[in-house]
Parts: sequence; C-alpha cells; structure tokens
Amino acid sequence: MKNLLIIVLLLFQQQLFAAEVNVYSARKEALIKPLFDQFTEQTGIDVNLVTGKADTLIKRLEVEDKNSPADILITVDVARLIRGKEKGLFQSVNSTILEETIPVHYRDSNKEWFGLSLRSRVMVYAPDRVTDDELDSYIDLADETWKNRLCVRSSSNVYNQSLVAAMISNYGIEKTKHWADRLVGNFARPPKGGDRDQIKAVAAGICDVALVNNYYLAGMLESSRDDEVTAAKKVKLFWPNQDGRGAHMNISGAALLKSAKHKNEAVKLLEFLVSDAAQQWYADTNHEYSINQKIKSNSILKNWGDFKADTLNLSLLGKHNTDAVILMDQVGWK
Amino acid sequence: MLVTRSTQAIPLNLNHKAFSFLSSKWNITLIFISFLFCIPLLIIFGSLFFPAKEIWLHLIDTVLIDYISNSFALSIGVGCLSLVLGIIPAWLVTMYRFPMSRFLEWALLLPMAMPAYIIAYSYTGLLEFAGPLQTFLREITGWQYHDYWFPEIRSLGGAIIMLSLVLYPYVYLLARAAFIEQSICVLEVSRTLGCNTITAFRRVALPLARPAIIVGLSLVIMETLADYGTVQYFGVSTFTTGIFRTWFGLGNSLAAAQLSALLLVFVAIFLYMEKRSRKQARFHHTSSRYSSLLQHRLSRKKGLLAFTFCSSPLIFGFLVPVYFLTNWAFETYSHVIDKNFYQLLINSLLLASIASLLALLIALFMAYSNRNSNSPLNHFMVRLVSLGYAIPGTVIAVGVLIPFAWFDNTLDTFLTRQFNISSGLLISGTVFTLVFAYLVRFLAVSINTVEAGLIKIKPVMDEVAKTTGMTSGKIIGRIHIPMMRGSLLTALLLVFVDVMKELPATLILRPFNFNTLAVRAYELANEERLADAAVPALAIVIAGIIPVIMISNSISKSRPGHE
Repeated sequence: MKNLLIIVLLLFQQQLFAAEVNVYSARKEALIKPLFDQFTEQTGIDVNLVTGKADTLIKRLEVEDKNSPADILITVDVARLIRGKEKGLFQSVNSTILEETIPVHYRDSNKEWFGLSLRSRVMVYAPDRVTDDELDSYIDLADETWKNRLCVRSSSNVYNQSLVAAMISNYGIEKTKHWADRLVGNFARPPKGGDRDQIKAVAAGICDVALVNNYYLAGMLESSRDDEVTAAKKVKLFWPNQDGRGAHMNISGAALLKSAKHKNEAVKLLEFLVSDAAQQWYADTNHEYSINQKIKSNSILKNWGDFKADTLNLSLLGKHNTDAVILMDQVGWK
Repeated sequence: MLVTRSTQAIPLNLNHKAFSFLSSKWNITLIFISFLFCIPLLIIFGSLFFPAKEIWLHLIDTVLIDYISNSFALSIGVGCLSLVLGIIPAWLVTMYRFPMSRFLEWALLLPMAMPAYIIAYSYTGLLEFAGPLQTFLREITGWQYHDYWFPEIRSLGGAIIMLSLVLYPYVYLLARAAFIEQSICVLEVSRTLGCNTITAFRRVALPLARPAIIVGLSLVIMETLADYGTVQYFGVSTFTTGIFRTWFGLGNSLAAAQLSALLLVFVAIFLYMEKRSRKQARFHHTSSRYSSLLQHRLSRKKGLLAFTFCSSPLIFGFLVPVYFLTNWAFETYSHVIDKNFYQLLINSLLLASIASLLALLIALFMAYSNRNSNSPLNHFMVRLVSLGYAIPGTVIAVGVLIPFAWFDNTLDTFLTRQFNISSGLLISGTVFTLVFAYLVRFLAVSINTVEAGLIKIKPVMDEVAKTTGMTSGKIIGRIHIPMMRGSLLTALLLVFVDVMKELPATLILRPFNFNTLAVRAYELANEERLADAAVPALAIVIAGIIPVIMISNSISKSRPGHE
C-alpha cells in the first residue's frame, strides 16, 4: 500500500528531485526570463516560472502554505515584499555575496528580502513651458503655481502609493495629507493611463509636469514606435529633492520563501541576479539603476547625470502603504 | 390566438413521469455537482460573517458611492447600447434582404472574439490627445490643447462604448436564434390581424424573443460588472476596481471579498426581479408549423439604411481595431512569434475546447435535472452557480484556490501522519484547477443558453413521444437535441470564446511555465508595449473567428424546416 502510494505520488511530483528552482514573479516574463535562461546555461539549474500580480501571488503562497512548490518570490516594488514578510512567507538568507553587493537600506534588516534593481520616481517637464529652476521638490508641486498643470496616474498604482508612503515617513500623516490635497487640486485631468501616458500628455501640452518612473521615459526614447520617441524627446527629466533628502527610490526585489524545497539553488539564483552580468542586463534592457554599485549605467541613464537618492529605509514604505491609500482616498486622488 | 399564456403545473408533472429515470439519485448528484461549483461563491459569501468595520467606515466615507454609482451607470449604459446594437440588426438580417445582409448575419458576431481591454487600448491609441487623429487635426488647423473640444475616450462614456462594442453580440446571437425559431405562422397571422411590420416586431416577435434577449442582456451586464481591464485603464472607479484597490492597496482581502459578495447580492436581486416580472407572462408558441422564412427585400433607400445601421457595430467593434492591430503586428511579428508562440496558441485552444465541452455537458445535466425536479433546493443551487459570471475572475480564482489548497494540505498532513509520505500539492497549481475555475466562472453562460433552448420544448411533446413508445434516451436524442441544436452550439461557442479571452483566473492559477495567448497579450500591453501585444491579441481574435463562423452557419440551419 505504502509503496503504491509512493509511486503514485512520484508521478505527480518529479519536479521535487531535479536541479531546479521555482519562481513566482510579479516581474513580467519578458523582463526576467532572459536572465533565468542565462542562469540555467551557467549552472544547469532549471528555472520554472509563474508570473502574475504581486498580491495574487502572495495570496496563492498564503493559501498553498507549507506545501507551496515555490522557492522565490520576485516583486517590482518594496511594499509587496514587506507585505509578504508580515505574513511570514519568507525566511532569512545568509549570503555574503548579497550583503556585500546590496547597500544596507535596499535590503531587509532581518535578511528576508533583497533589492535587485533600483528605480526613481522623477519629474518630467515640458522645457518650452517650464524652466528647471521652477522645479524643486515633490512638496513644491502642491503650490498654487502648478494649478491645472500636473499629470499623475491613479493612486491605485503602487509607485504612487510608495511615493506617498515615503512622504508620510518623512513628514508625517497630517502634513502629507495637506500636501496631497493641494496636489490633487493641481491635476490637469483626472488620473488615467500609465506612466507613459503621462509623459505623452506633457509632450502634447495637456500638462506641464508629470511624475513618472525613470525607466518609462528611457523606454520611450528607445521605442520602436516613432510617436513614442517624438513625444519622449519633447520632454526633459528633472531630479527632485536634490537640495533635500534626494529623489524617491523604489526597488524590484526578491525573497526566499519559507516553503522553499530547493533552498541552495534558490540562493544561487538570488546571487546570480545581483551579479555583474545580470545587473548590466537590467540597466541595458529595462533602464533601471543597478543595485550593484560597480555597474555602469546605460547611455540614456548616463545622460541624465548623477543624482542624489533618498536613503530612506525602504521598510517604511511598506509600513505606511495602507495609510497612504487611505489618505489618497480621503483627498480624492482617483 | 397568437400566443397563449400557459399555466404549467399539470404538464410539468406529466413530464416528470416521462423522465422517471431522472430519479432521486439524480437529484442528489445534481445537488452535489452544483455544490461543488458553488464552493467559491459560498466562500465569498462566507466573508460576510467576519467583521471589518473600520475599513467599511472608511469606504463608505470616501469611495463607495463612487463605486456603486459608476458600476450602476456602466451597467445601464452598456445594457441599453447592447440591446440597440443587438436586437435591431438581429431582426433586420433575419427578416429582410439588403446589401450584404447574408455576410452581416455572421460577421456581426465577430466583435465577440475581441477582448475588451484590447479594444480599449486600440481606441485609446487612436483617439487620445497625443494619438494620430487629434495630432492630424491640430496639424491642419493649428489648434492647441485648449482650443477645441474632443470627446475623451478614457471616461465612463468611453468605457460604455468600448464594452458595448464587444458585448452586444451576446444579445444579437440569442435574439437572432430566437427570431429564426419563431414560427412564421405567428407573424403571418399577426399581419392578417392588421399589424404592419413594425407592430408585428414590437407586439409579437419581441415578446416571444424576450426570454432569449434577457438571457443575452444578463450575460452582458454580468460581464460588464466583472470587467476590470477596461475600467481600470480608463480611470473609472467601479465596484471591480474598488475590490482590487481594497485588496491590493489597502491590503485587506477580507473587505475585498465582502465587496464581491455585495456585488453578487446586487446581481442576484436584478436576476430575481427579472424572473418575477417574466413569470406573469410566459409565452409559448401554439403552432409548431414552420414554413421557410420569406426574407422581404428592402427598397434601395431602406436597404442602404439597414446596411449602415447593421455594419456600424461590425466596423467599430471589429474592423477598426483589427486594422490597427494588424498594422502593429506587421511591425513586430518577427520578434514576437517564436517557437514558444505556437505553444501559447495550443494551450489556449486546448483549454478553451476542454472547458467549453465540459461546461456544455454539465449545463445539460443541470438543466435537465432542474427541469424534472420540483426541489426548490435544486433550483436555488442552479441559480447560485449561474452567479459566477458576475464576479471578477481574480476573486473566483481565489475562491477556487482556497478549497483546493485546503484539500491538498489536509491530505498531505494525513498521509504524512499515517504513512510518513508527503503528497505536497496534488491538484493545486495544475491545469485541472484552472479548468475548474473556468467552469465556475462560465457555467452561467452555458446553463442560461441551454435553458433558453430547453424552455422551447413543450413538456407535452415528451408525453406524445412517450405514447409512441420512445425511450427517454431516444426522446432526448431524436427530439430534444435536434430542436436545441442552435442553443447547444451557442453555449459551446460562448464559453470557448470567453475562455480564449480569459485573463485574471488564468494568471493566478496556472502551473509553472504555462502561458496562454491572453496572458502574453496582457503582459505586453500592460508594459505599455501595445505594438508587441498586437500579435497575440490578433491570434485570440482569429482563433475565435473560426468557431464563430462554423456555429453561426449551424444556427442558420437550425431553423426547423430549413433544408
């Protein structure tokens, strides 16, 4: 009886014994699979992938519990990593490679999650209507002068939630709420579309300044579609908060799951993802900033010059995420 | 009399005897199967028993009114527009000959193959401020942003138009099938009684087709309420976007489930009210004599008018977006189509075929058992199963995930304790789970369509057949199936196309390294790489067209007396 059971079960779960690692990824397949292929080539370890939205993947992990086949969770923002940590899904990883490569404010103090790449939420402006000395910090965008001149996407978007969470960490809820209230009053139109749409809106004259993640602008500049390149060339990038705390930063990151059945392979994959080759790929293909300080930026990023990044501990973004959404609901940020 | 109001109590009982093999054992099986498919819905309803007061106070205080009013306006808008775009062309192509009417007859179904979010992305690309149309206008006139008014595509109105353009075929399909099946005698008699064509349509054909049209309309409204991709992209806050905002943004999956339960309650009330209003007027054909439908040829002017009206949903719901998708596809196909692409196509087609066949079989079983049962529990369960269509796929998926993972984990614990073997997750994360989720979500479509077909078979026919010595099996095979052929094929088609387009449940439940065309199209479109998304989107459309054409032909032939 027992032997029969073992045979039947083996049929179902051959995968447990192969050299492989199973990944749940909120990063889209096109933006992560090529790296996995490189990893497989180098190590012989296969990578199995399911992509999806971070929160649904977290839900799946929660429900699958200790028997989940997944070893690694990859997300594209820090708030979801912290949500996963709070739900007790992760385990800590001891790896000198990860600790030496990743700056301390881009990884968890308990070694439960690690940043893999960096992105900044920057301002994009129309140089014919705005000069760069009119711009300064995120706070100033709430000023009366910007009435009907701003474009920002919906507050359902996690990058906006993280930005507001950072404001809450830096200035407290009351002050942030006052700021967000006036900021919403300056919107040129109700939020719609993604970050690229905001850039196009600035180029088309609907608004003068937009808040977007840096890699969207770079992606448009290198787009195969002429209209995107034309629009992107009409706008300029501005680094906010350079006299203050620095530009708001977010990470894409990963964590080792408590349920991991392939722990060694999984740690190897994490270490590979911060290696020079992988980090160079992030910079070249998706125009993100490398978490690995040795890597040179790609030419578009280089053109934007050096900037001061906010060194706020990213754990705080996760901590204030719910507050941020509640606050944005209250001020009517759609 | 043209039509009779029938009181059904006696024939139903007779009918019960005719199908005596559908005994209490079947009743129990029916309840068991319905229960299985109800579990995800029951989990959603179950959330109502847990308190989440704080978050509700916040929602009521800030956004709930917006969610409700927008969802309401969206449903009304899409419902009305779909009725207009569905019924009138269905009537015209069935009763009249005008330029290209034969072609339009099936071509009007084509927009159904178009995923709503894809048409929304395409039109936005065309009509937005920075798009080619407005840019061209500005170039020739020299206008600037504030100088002119142009309808904003990304708005509530835009969402209504986009959704109507791809959903009206549900109404069209069911209305046309109903018109085709109407006895010509009924219409001819109505003429002798002094009805002109318009009053015949309004007073005879429309009431007779009403049950079918209502089925189409409720499918349209349920799909509208479950839509996430379009409204989210257009920045319209509806119930669905609210559910996800509460879940993802506020990190509260309990309140999100409660919002879904509330949505279900609204839909249930709507369906119940519709049913009640229909009860008082139940129409049956009294004549079963069918002579071939004489299609009246329209005059040149009227024909042109009919052509313009009937072709516009096809042009705007299909040709325009396909034109743009094709243009983009030509730019990008070389790097989008690789060896994995064919695997995507195969996966999508397999899933759609399996799910649509299973849905049809289960729907047939449920409809028959329900027809021959007097148990209110049966009726209730079948109605409950059909609510799944109004729930966003993501929420259904979680409702499926929870019981399957629970089963797997419990089994694992048991085996570990008893035999010291770990079974891990056996069915969670397999294609089986995925197909189950499709069934939960789309059974409503097949059940409603099959029931609409079954209702046309008068119970007395079974009795007559029985007296000639036919067995129940023969009655179904030789009388019911031929009479319902159109409805059965329609059920098959609708689920097939729905599964091809299905995204959210697939995204959550699929196994490792398993993708579909819809997943690929979404991932690319969501990265704002619309041009790259064009190839998989077109593949979904093309794969959907083939069954649309095949089944449309069969439906035309399904008219009794049609050679």
